Amino acid sequence: MNLWPLLGIAVVVGGFIARLNPLLVIVAAAGVTGVAAGISPPDVVAAFGKAFKDNRYISLVWLILPVIGLLEQAGLQEKARELIARVRGATTGRLLLLYLVIRQITAALGLTSLGGHPQMVRPLIAPMAEAAAEARHGPLPEGLQQSIRAQAAATDNIGLFFGEDIFIAIASILLIKGFLETNGIVVEPLSLSVWAIPTAVCALLIHGARLWWLDGKIARTLEQDTTR
Amino acid sequence: MIGLDLLYVVGGLFFAAMSGLSGFDASNPKRLGNAAFWGLLAVSFLFGSHLSDLINGLLILALALLAGFGCLGRGAPSATTVEDRWASAERFGARLFLPALLIPVVTLTGSFLFKALTIGGQPLVDPKQTTLVSLVLGILLALVLAMAMLRPKLLTPLQEGRRLLDTVASAALLPQMLAALGAVFLAAGVGQIVGHLAGAWIGDSGPLISVVAYTFGMALFTIIMGNAFAAFPVMTAGIGLPLIVTRYGGDPAIMAAIGMLSGFCGTLMTPMAANFNLVPAALLDLKDRYGVIRAQFPTALMILGANTVLMYALVFRH
Repeated sequence: MNLWPLLGIAVVVGGFIARLNPLLVIVAAAGVTGVAAGISPPDVVAAFGKAFKDNRYISLVWLILPVIGLLEQAGLQEKARELIARVRGATTGRLLLLYLVIRQITAALGLTSLGGHPQMVRPLIAPMAEAAAEARHGPLPEGLQQSIRAQAAATDNIGLFFGEDIFIAIASILLIKGFLETNGIVVEPLSLSVWAIPTAVCALLIHGARLWWLDGKIARTLEQDTTR
Repeated sequence: MIGLDLLYVVGGLFFAAMSGLSGFDASNPKRLGNAAFWGLLAVSFLFGSHLSDLINGLLILALALLAGFGCLGRGAPSATTVEDRWASAERFGARLFLPALLIPVVTLTGSFLFKALTIGGQPLVDPKQTTLVSLVLGILLALVLAMAMLRPKLLTPLQEGRRLLDTVASAALLPQMLAALGAVFLAAGVGQIVGHLAGAWIGDSGPLISVVAYTFGMALFTIIMGNAFAAFPVMTAGIGLPLIVTRYGGDPAIMAAIGMLSGFCGTLMTPMAANFNLVPAALLDLKDRYGVIRAQFPTALMILGANTVLMYALVFRH
């Protein structure tokens, strides 16, 4: 067996660790992999070009930027901040925990498009999470602000990933069903989605606990900052 | 029939507008680089289907070189001050949320409704693309609503969109690029090699080792490919089916369901899953490109451990 195509993986790993420009790393990895597999360089370029063209739909999501930009200029983030600051008892951890639960449940019902980074996290969830901490502690140091934003994005991903597989018509369930069928095993989508529930519960408990403790962590970080 | 072709024209016009506005953005020292980058992408959207694969490939090479050699810059942030925005937030109040919430509402209703909508026996919308068509429709309706409510200058939404696109920069193309890399990996047989090596390496070392190798293998190969869907057939053909199901009599539905979710743990840990991990870092203006991955890492590892325990406890129980 020709093991040389694995070199492309090494290029990707090395490139990402060295923090080179990701687009260059990807193109280099595609070239190395293709040539190592014995494909001629022009054919590699053509294969990459065709795959890029076929996947253009992925980049359509950026059409959302003008609306989000317009609303943000009109004070959308500020309104979201004000709203959360008025809710008594709202904290960063509790807010994100609530978002995690909602994201998981709606994804489990197949409503995966109720969320996402350009639509929900940047204009609403991240500013709310920041504002909840600011309402308690005043202006935040930059590092803390950054980690709260990152946690908002992480919560969106985790809620989505470990909710969607409970819905029977989601792409991954259909992929599993198709793959098992070609291997002579017939399973019902429902029996697959049922077995996604134990992991979904674990994900809720694990990430939920981290969010539950997030408020304490924020307070401790600020305390260390002021005592130093 | 409304399908991808029309959406690509809309996308092409959008990126062409981004290119034009970038070219005239005097606050961006590298404005010509930005104009060239988004202009090439507009070409790909508008004419990609009619160009040869080789030309499409060369186009991407040019995009990667522009990004890789630092030809992209960033214009000045919005001219509105924080005070302006607070005043506007005061004025419009909660109505500001309406356009933002209209997008998911239209996406959801559209993706169900369009499946049933036919005109003269022909579906109005390509049944395979109802979600994408509904998303774009939702965006356009939200834009109309926001324009009617806020009454900005006609170019303002595009200028604000261009500012946001400046902050995301070339990371905007990462998800599409990585999907293309996945296709090249597939053509080169990377999956078969990995599946073969994994299966041969584990051999006959008992049900527990097989389960651990399968869940962690799913996560690891997903980290490499950036996509659990690409890892699933490889690892399941290499370890899951021959060992867990055939040799040790495990339940295939449980093995497959938890196996896929182990792959999702890998998705949380890899820069290769750009749209989930790198794009939000750019959108939220994080200094650390891997900040979102760092936030997810502990959760992902713990869920992966839980998956392994769950699979071992459930899959062999009959």
